[in-house]
Formats: sequence, structure tokens, C-alpha cells
Amino acid sequence: MTARDLIPIVVLAVLAALLPLVVTSSPVMNFLVFTLIVALGAQGWNILGGFGGQFSFGHAAFFGTGAYVTAILQLRYGVNAWAGLLVAMAAGAAVAWTIGFLSFRSGLRGSYFALVTLAFAEVFRILANAASFTGGAAGLLIKLDVHPANLQFADRAVFYWLVLAFVTGVLLLTRWIQRSRFGAQLVAVRENEDAAKALGVDSLKVKLRAIALSGAVTALSGCLYAQYFLYIDAHIAYGSWISVELLLAPIIGGVGTVFGPVVGALTLHGLGELAKQFAGRIPGIDLIVFGSVLVLAVAFARGGILGLLERLRDRGRGMMTRGAKEVSHAGR
Amino acid sequence: MYSPQIILEAALNGLMTGAVYALIALGLTLIYGVLHIINFAHGALLTCAMFAVWVAWAWLGLDPYLVIVPLVPLMFVLGYGLQRFVIGPASHGDDGNILLVTLGLSIVLENVLLAVFQSDTRTLDTDYSFQVVALGPLLLSYPRVIGLGVAVVVTGLLWLVLNRTDTGKAIRAVAKEKLGANLVGIDVPHVYAVTFGLGCACLAVAAALLMPTFYVNPRIGGAFVLVAFTVVVLGGMGSLPGALLGGLFIGVVESLCGLLLGDSLGQIGIFLIFIAVLLVRPTGLFGAKA
Repeated sequence: MTARDLIPIVVLAVLAALLPLVVTSSPVMNFLVFTLIVALGAQGWNILGGFGGQFSFGHAAFFGTGAYVTAILQLRYGVNAWAGLLVAMAAGAAVAWTIGFLSFRSGLRGSYFALVTLAFAEVFRILANAASFTGGAAGLLIKLDVHPANLQFADRAVFYWLVLAFVTGVLLLTRWIQRSRFGAQLVAVRENEDAAKALGVDSLKVKLRAIALSGAVTALSGCLYAQYFLYIDAHIAYGSWISVELLLAPIIGGVGTVFGPVVGALTLHGLGELAKQFAGRIPGIDLIVFGSVLVLAVAFARGGILGLLERLRDRGRGMMTRGAKEVSHAGR
Repeated sequence: MYSPQIILEAALNGLMTGAVYALIALGLTLIYGVLHIINFAHGALLTCAMFAVWVAWAWLGLDPYLVIVPLVPLMFVLGYGLQRFVIGPASHGDDGNILLVTLGLSIVLENVLLAVFQSDTRTLDTDYSFQVVALGPLLLSYPRVIGLGVAVVVTGLLWLVLNRTDTGKAIRAVAKEKLGANLVGIDVPHVYAVTFGLGCACLAVAAALLMPTFYVNPRIGGAFVLVAFTVVVLGGMGSLPGALLGGLFIGVVESLCGLLLGDSLGQIGIFLIFIAVLLVRPTGLFGAKA
């Protein structure tokens, strides 16, 4: 990685960190924290789905595992929340690796992989809804005890900075993946798995590493969700809504890019809020917008928003060079 | 332990629920077999059809079984239009795109229904909702017996359409070899849309059969869509007899799991079968080698 890789990430992170000094309204802070949590989970999805080309429809399995592990450790075993966060990430990675091992070894790809991940998430949801140590259908309530050691803060801005720090960390991680040998192999597997294998890439190993990383990051977002809202149940943690959210954001923002998931999450939730403002109390209006944007993005902007911007920039450049040529012709 | 009679009754009840699963899966497998796409909007389209049945009953006073007559062509047209003008053009022929477009469609459909009908659960009641048919010592629910009969008939009709008509021949040709079919003058986008329409028409029948004993709310499709995927995968993607047998089998499994494990865990048997089949034999029990 070079300085040129790092500067945009650092500049954006610093600008975003200054935001709470300007904006103090708590609905806006709530919106930002929630959107960043979704963005973080979506960054996790993007590692596997964007760079590895394996579209998961069941990232709720990892999100929920992160949320439940962190909540159960604190409630049942009195484990410190920060330690819980680390264990949650490890658990997310382990669940992801296992699901990946089972499905990649059987050669599942494309739609089949999407379906099997969806089914795994549903199994987790049903189990969490029925078992007693997950609180069953009543869910789990993390005790309100505001203290930094409990990962609970009196000021929303502090939690915002914390989530932002994690998002920035994953931005850097993603940039590193993009520049590393591992990333190149992952992209090779996405573009043509057979060709990558023929060139000596151990595709199973590469995909497993990607899904484990992906699971850890998404579990982290689940853990932060539980810590911020202090309540989870099976439908929140393992519900299909979160699987959909986590895949929508990268696809809208720019799949397989560093900033795509963050741009996508901000755009989607921004649009969703706007729709709510305009349409008032119509239930589901934000989701109608999400679905429509997804169809439109697939139809007209395959690279998502970032892809669209790039194309515009290229066109702009094309015009400028043409313009420059015309000027030089005229001068002759 | 449970008495054999209870188990037998549960199995038969499951068989009859399975018949409706089979109908839903029939549409899904037909679409998969020809277009090679996984239609994520299938559940949401089923919900649309169920609301249509409910509206016809609540506002017009029509009998749910009678609604089949106008609803089948309506759903066919809806499916035809969706494939021809939305899914086809938007997905540029790429598998991953189709998955995403149908997912987007399902989100939109579900939430439009939510906006219109709110999240209340609705039921309709008919004279025969709770009637039973006695079969020896066993009592079977009358609407479910009808469901089983109609599901078998519809599967037969669909088989006839595919094997005995020119349209069916064209559909099979496109399923086997798209390019070749195009070369001999078959309008491939039209055939795709017709297939999608037929799949949706199956949903119209399934909805009418479900409503007398079931309920509807905007999110109900999700409960069926995974079950339908399971049936399709189990029966072999694209196989009609596979869908019928798979549906019946899954219905029985669900009913027995519900009896033995309790309601909250009842569906887990389905998903475990689904995962196991995908991992061990993704071509299903009746599917051709992929």
C-alpha cells in the first residue's frame, strides 16, 4: 500500500469524525450510527461477495452470531463487553468458515451458494427463536449500565466515533486486500475459478479465508448493533432483513470496491429517510425505495454509484482531451 | 409416544399441505428449468395472488375456488409482463443480476402490499373451511382434500401443455438449447415470458387453494418461498414430477417434525433437508446431471 491508497481513507475518516461537533441532534446521530453499523456489516459482505464473487444471501448468520455471542457472554457469564466483542468476531469467523467449508467443498457457487447461505441463516433463526439460552422468542435485553468498560456510552457521539473507527479499520483492511497477493487471488477466483485453479491458486483456501474474514467483520457489526440498541431477538439478529441490507449496500454503492459498501449504505438509508419524510406514515415506504433502487442499479448501473461516477469522470476526461485537441488544431 | 392414528393423520395432513407446496414449487421449477433463473419474487407473487383471492372474497363476495377462473389469466399476464419488461431487460442475461432483480421486485411487491393492506393478518371463512371428510377412522379437512386433488390435476395439465402443444414444444426447445431454438425461428424472449406467466398462473391456483384454511399478510410469501426452493432442489431443478413428489414429501416431513418437535421447530426439518440435499446432491433426486 502507498500513501496514495491511504490518504483518501484517512481524510474521509477525519472529516466524518468532525461531524458530531456540528450535528448534535440525537435522531441524526442515531441515523448515522445505525447506518454505519449496516455499512460495517456490508463491508464484511463485500469481502466475500464483492472481491470473491460469492453472493451470500445469508449474512444474517454471521451478524446474528456476533450479536448473540456478545449478549449471552455478558448476561450469562458476566464477561467484559470488549472481550465479548473479540469472542463474537472469532465466533463469526468460525461459523462462516464452517458454512464455507461445507458449501465450497461441495462445489456450490452462484445461485446455489446464495440459497444454501439463506437456508443456514434460517436454521439459526429458528434455533435462536426456540432455544432457551438465547432467550427464545422474548429475546435478550442487555442491562443498561453506562460505562466505557461495558461498551455503553452516555454520549451518542462516542459510540459514533467507535463505529467510525471500526469502519475506517475495515476500509484500510479492504484496501490492503485489494493490493495484496491474497486479494489478487480472490479476484482471480471471482473472474474465472477454473482458470485461477489452473494457474495454481488454491481456490478453496482463498475462498475460505475470505468467508472467515467476512464473517468476522459482519459479526463485529452485529455485536455493535447489540451494544447500541441493547436488545436483540431472533428476527432482528438472524432475520432475512439484515441479509438483504448487507448485500444491498455494496451492490448499490459499488460491488468489489473499497468505498462501495459505505457509499451504498449512506445512500440507501438517506433515500429511505427522505422517502419517510415525504410519504409520511406509509409503512414500508423506505423498503419500496430500496427495492426499486436495487432493480434500477442492476439495470442501469452495474458498478453501482461508484461505477457510475467513474464512467462520468472518464467521459468528462474524454471530452477534455477532445477539447484540448480541438484547441491545438485551431492554434495551428 | 403418539398413537399410530395420530401419526397417520399428521402424515396425511402433511401430504395435503404438501400438495399446495408442490403447486408453488411447480411454478418455480418450470421457470428454473427453462430460464435457468432462481425467481426470488415467487413468494411475493404468491402473496399478491393470496391478497387477490381475499379481496375478491371480502369486497365482491366471490368464493375462493371460483376466483381461480379470473385469477389464473390475470397472474399469467402479470408474470408475462414482469419477465418481458422488467426482469429480462434489467438483468442483461446474467444469473447474478436476475437473482438481484427478482430480489428487488420481491421487496417492492411485499412492501407495496404492506402499504396498501397494512400488516394485519387476514383470513376468510367459507361454509366448508372446517368441514371434514371421513376416511375410515381418519378425519380429513375438506379444503385440503380438494387441494390435493387440484394439485395433481394441475400438474397433469401442465405436463400436457408442455408435451402436447406447440407452445410446450417451443418451451422445451428453449429450455434445451436457447440458441438453436432462436435459429429455427422461436421468439425466445416471448417463450421466456410465457414460461414465467405459466409459473405465476400456478401461484394463482395455489393461492385459491390455500386461502380457505390459511391466512394472509404481506410477509407470508417468505414462509413459502424457502419451502418451495427446498421442494425444487429436492425434486431436481426443472423437473415437474420431482416438484410434485418433493412437495408431498416436504409436506409430510414438516407435519411430522411439527408433531414431534413442536411448532416452533417444525420447519427446521425442511431446512436441514434443503442444506443436506444442496451439499450432497445439488441435482436433486429427479434432476438431470448439471
